[in-house]
Amino acid sequence: MSTLILKTTSRFLFTLLLLLSVFLLLRGHNEPGGGFIGALVAVGAYALYALAHGLAAARKLLPLPPLRLVGWGLLLALLSGLPALLQAEPFMTGQWFSVLGVKVGTPVIFDLGVYLTVFGALLSAIFGLEESSAQEGF
Amino acid sequence: MIVATIIAFLGALTAPWLHRLLGQAAGWVLALLPLSLTVYFASLLPAVMAGQTLRQGVAWVPSLEVNFSFYLDGLSLLFALLISGIGTFIVIYSGGYLKGHPELGRFYLVILLFMASMLGLVLADNIVTLFVMWELTSLTSYLLIGFNHGEFRSRRAATQALLVTAGGGLALLAGLILLAGMGGSWEISELLGQGEVLRGHALYLPALILVLLGAFTKSAQFPFHFWLPNAMEAPTPVSAYLHSATMVKAGVYLLARLQPALGGSEVWNAALMTFGLATLLTGATLTFRHTDLKRLLAYSTVAALGALVFAIGMVPLTDYYAAMGFATFLLAHSLYKGGLFMAAGAVDHETGSRDITRLAGLFRVMPLTGVAVVLAALSLAGLPPVLGFIGKEVLYVAALQAAPVWMVGLALLGFAVGATLALLLVVPFFHGQPPQGVHEGPPSLWLGPMVLAGLGLLVGLFPGLYNPLAEAVASAVKGQVVAYQLKLWPGFNLALLLSLLTVLLGAGLYFLYPRLQAWMAQEPLPGPESAYVALLRGLMRAAVGVERLLQSGSLRAYLVWTFAGVVVLVGLALLRGGQVFRLEVASSPAPAQALLLVLMLLGAVLALRLRSHLAMVVVLGAVGAGVALVFLLQNAPDLAITQFLVETLTAILVALVLLQIRNIGPVPRGRWLDKAVALGFGGMVTLLMLGMLAEPFEPHLSQFFAQKSLPEGFGRNIVNVILVDFRGLDTFGEITVVGLAGLGVWALLLNRRASRRRPWSQEKGRKQEEQL
Repeated sequence: MSTLILKTTSRFLFTLLLLLSVFLLLRGHNEPGGGFIGALVAVGAYALYALAHGLAAARKLLPLPPLRLVGWGLLLALLSGLPALLQAEPFMTGQWFSVLGVKVGTPVIFDLGVYLTVFGALLSAIFGLEESSAQEGF
Repeated sequence: MIVATIIAFLGALTAPWLHRLLGQAAGWVLALLPLSLTVYFASLLPAVMAGQTLRQGVAWVPSLEVNFSFYLDGLSLLFALLISGIGTFIVIYSGGYLKGHPELGRFYLVILLFMASMLGLVLADNIVTLFVMWELTSLTSYLLIGFNHGEFRSRRAATQALLVTAGGGLALLAGLILLAGMGGSWEISELLGQGEVLRGHALYLPALILVLLGAFTKSAQFPFHFWLPNAMEAPTPVSAYLHSATMVKAGVYLLARLQPALGGSEVWNAALMTFGLATLLTGATLTFRHTDLKRLLAYSTVAALGALVFAIGMVPLTDYYAAMGFATFLLAHSLYKGGLFMAAGAVDHETGSRDITRLAGLFRVMPLTGVAVVLAALSLAGLPPVLGFIGKEVLYVAALQAAPVWMVGLALLGFAVGATLALLLVVPFFHGQPPQGVHEGPPSLWLGPMVLAGLGLLVGLFPGLYNPLAEAVASAVKGQVVAYQLKLWPGFNLALLLSLLTVLLGAGLYFLYPRLQAWMAQEPLPGPESAYVALLRGLMRAAVGVERLLQSGSLRAYLVWTFAGVVVLVGLALLRGGQVFRLEVASSPAPAQALLLVLMLLGAVLALRLRSHLAMVVVLGAVGAGVALVFLLQNAPDLAITQFLVETLTAILVALVLLQIRNIGPVPRGRWLDKAVALGFGGMVTLLMLGMLAEPFEPHLSQFFAQKSLPEGFGRNIVNVILVDFRGLDTFGEITVVGLAGLGVWALLLNRRASRRRPWSQEKGRKQEEQL
């Protein structure tokens, strides 16, 4: 499957897709996009890279094993609900504040948690299945 | 009280960390937690002995009347003192007994968690709080029995104890809910005054039976007694603490607690006295089957629990003897049995054997443990001048008043075996030559038995010390103020004669013991445990049958079941509800849309004709992409992007899964069942859509979100604001599912890899199941 064309283009596509994924994640609050969609794009990027360059190379490009990312994502999503409690508001009430003129809110952090969870879970499945196929000798 | 319990829970959580930090000294330091709790509870003694009761509470789930409320009277205080006091010595003892065990930190954690739950149980006033704590003790007990989880026997015993006690716990929950409904309150302290109402209620009998099931399973009453001796697989500190002094008394506690509310009816008296006596005799009889120290003590615990239940059954029938006897015997048993277990563990630890036929001459090498054993054994045998003697005397007086003669006779027989066991325990210390190289254990091992047995002697000599608390306990059990003077020497009476007879009979049985033991240990006796095993096997077999039917291992069969199930269930709902269907044809469809629809239809038909699975996946992906384009044309970019991505990734995933399936071959022709199910599913979804179109569009929510999204969610993308803000909790649930699904796939693949390496693992698993 690893033709020269795929190998070369996948490098560019990988970077572009990841950029697009982050872009989708960040603009999600106002324009079409969001954590879920962004994560799917990122999974696509890694799946493509793994097809072209092999699993080991794709794994090297990950900061953490995919299932760890799931854990962090869930934790982040859970924690994003806590600041509301400090304000004596119901759990997960969105809290907004501005950092250097940019509006930041707990829902953005929550969306990041969604992103990491979906990304980790799907990628774990894809990597796992590819690894399993490779061992079978396909 | 609330703070004390919370501190107990929090303290337990620091245990593994402290253990890592302090190493071998951790036991002594951690014992400060139960010790300070003991001191705290002791400081409440004067108020409680003066007849006061304390109540505290904070709302937990106010809308359901569930409160974190606590109630302290004589009964709960005695239990709290026993739990924290004995707990102190158990923690110290554990440090010596399990010295160097790699998982000692975990042990401290769980045993302290148990202590906290048990405290919560005996202090709880709210029914739900009580139940939660009750189940927590079952769970921690499970973890502690199975502490040596590498051993099959430990795991088996742990599971058995959990299934029996938690099964009873379910019955208890139902019973308590019935009680709350009948008495109109979720607070036990308020139910206690409702005795007349409760006993006269039509649901009294079912509620009573359910509560008794819970209490009897927990306190190992006949016919549920079998789990307790098996639980001796646990490390000895656990046996001493949970399975003699505290947890198994939870059922007894509950019965004593509810006595003023439920007691007094004929059913109550008869049930408690009959089952209590049956348990006493079962425990006494089965003692003769064993030579293992811990097993002997376990059966003697079963017998003592029976005696306690018997005593509660007699409470309504006597003015105060039964209640006082209960209060005295309870303390006496906890002191001597906790001490004896710890001493047995010390002997095992130093000599490496727990078989009474092999132990000999221990007093010369382990004098301190020996003294403790002698004192505790005196109490067990019911000889003066220790507390066990007083407890048994008062119980005899009560039984003579309340029970028929044959019951008194049988109880005497049961107590006589206690005397036999006491002899069996003491003789190895004095008879024969001491083994080589055995010496006294470290202080942590003999301190506990020494103090507990010493207390038994102290209170025996000066019963006035315990009298005020005993009266407070008896008042709580009786439901009215009890005044009675405990005496070491009550003068010559019938009870004293019975005591004398007990000891003589016990001594006689001791001389028969070798022959009885050889005879009784021959055959495995059929008992209630066989019923448990049969039940479990039946359950396994039923599960295997259901699994063969539903989970044949063929992916296609799963899909057929799932889709056919959905078609039937949703289809029935659609047809039964009188649903109206509406088909609306746009007068002039946009040309782009029409083209897309034609392409999608072509794709679908092509998919039906193809014979390669991979090609099918690709074609279906193209159909999905068509759907995404339709979304785009309908001004739903979010949906379109998602649809595109999901289609892409699904194609990748399915292709990868297909690669995993060996010998898949081309798609066979003519699968009529599959075609029928597919057509049915497609038809059903079409009907569903048509039905939805017929419903009037409800714009309320859409308008709400459209209006509030920017001002309250600070986002212009309504879909995203709904996902991460308005319905954030739903999303959190969903991503949890996604995460778990990822974990599940990983585990499945791991399992597949592992089973390929060990082709016989399934066979082995099945064999282990059969050993149950």
